[in-house]
Amino acid sequence: MPAHLENEQDLVAAAKAGDSDAFVTLLNQYSRHIYRLGLSITGNHHDAEDVLQEALLKAYTALADFQANSRFYTWLVRIAVNVALGKLRKRTLWKESSLDEPREGEDGGFIPLELESWGEDPEKACLNSELQQILADVIQTLDPKSRTIFTLRDVEKFSIEETATMLGVSIPVVKTRLLRSRLKLREELTKYFGKDARNAMPTSRR
Amino acid sequence: MRCRQVVDKISEYLDGELEPELVRELERHLEHCEDCRVVVDTTRKTVEVFCATEPAPLPNDVHERLNQMFTQKFRKEDPS
Repeated sequence: MPAHLENEQDLVAAAKAGDSDAFVTLLNQYSRHIYRLGLSITGNHHDAEDVLQEALLKAYTALADFQANSRFYTWLVRIAVNVALGKLRKRTLWKESSLDEPREGEDGGFIPLELESWGEDPEKACLNSELQQILADVIQTLDPKSRTIFTLRDVEKFSIEETATMLGVSIPVVKTRLLRSRLKLREELTKYFGKDARNAMPTSRR
Repeated sequence: MRCRQVVDKISEYLDGELEPELVRELERHLEHCEDCRVVVDTTRKTVEVFCATEPAPLPNDVHERLNQMFTQKFRKEDPS
């Protein structure tokens, strides 16, 4: 979750009063976070850009409805998540009715296969831009519902309750999918950062 | 506690949401199970790296198109 702008309340108030520069300042603070969120959920840059544009446009149009006692970023993320899920629904990747049902084989538990410890911390093992790419890639190994839940909880740091509310699902569903996602991503990242990593690392790996 | 239960409880353990009694059981298990220690440690690092990594800057063309969209919108609303 990005840092709260010090003068955020003033900026939101000014933007509500029609100050477009204030809105642009808010937009510049949060646009790359919203783009990453859109990319994580939809899985492609074209849809991520649509999510960014549509969410910011909706936020701008609905600014009068924003309650000053909540956080602007949280409100913006809610809008962006709805736009992104709308895209997934159009692509029929998100079936609401099946959200609470485990997929075949899913209720049998997850058995960790990679039992190799990591060498250097990922932040030290590669450049920041390379790490960003690796994380963006491995998150796409999750199914759309799981990566949406993981993104809200572990990337954006919303609570389990907030994540459940935003997606209209139960807390146990969030917890179960979160556990599986963390374990799955751990497996994927071990391929890069395990002591005997099999995946070719970017050139900067020491 | 068995390895299977450790895996099932990892999320709650890392989030600090596990009951104290289960935390003690889990940590007792970790003392003598190298595999579970690795799984817990690397799962913790997985969560940390996702949380700590800042998003990449917006691609230039995406930034440009976003600016254009809002410039046009503002101009339409306030032609002066």
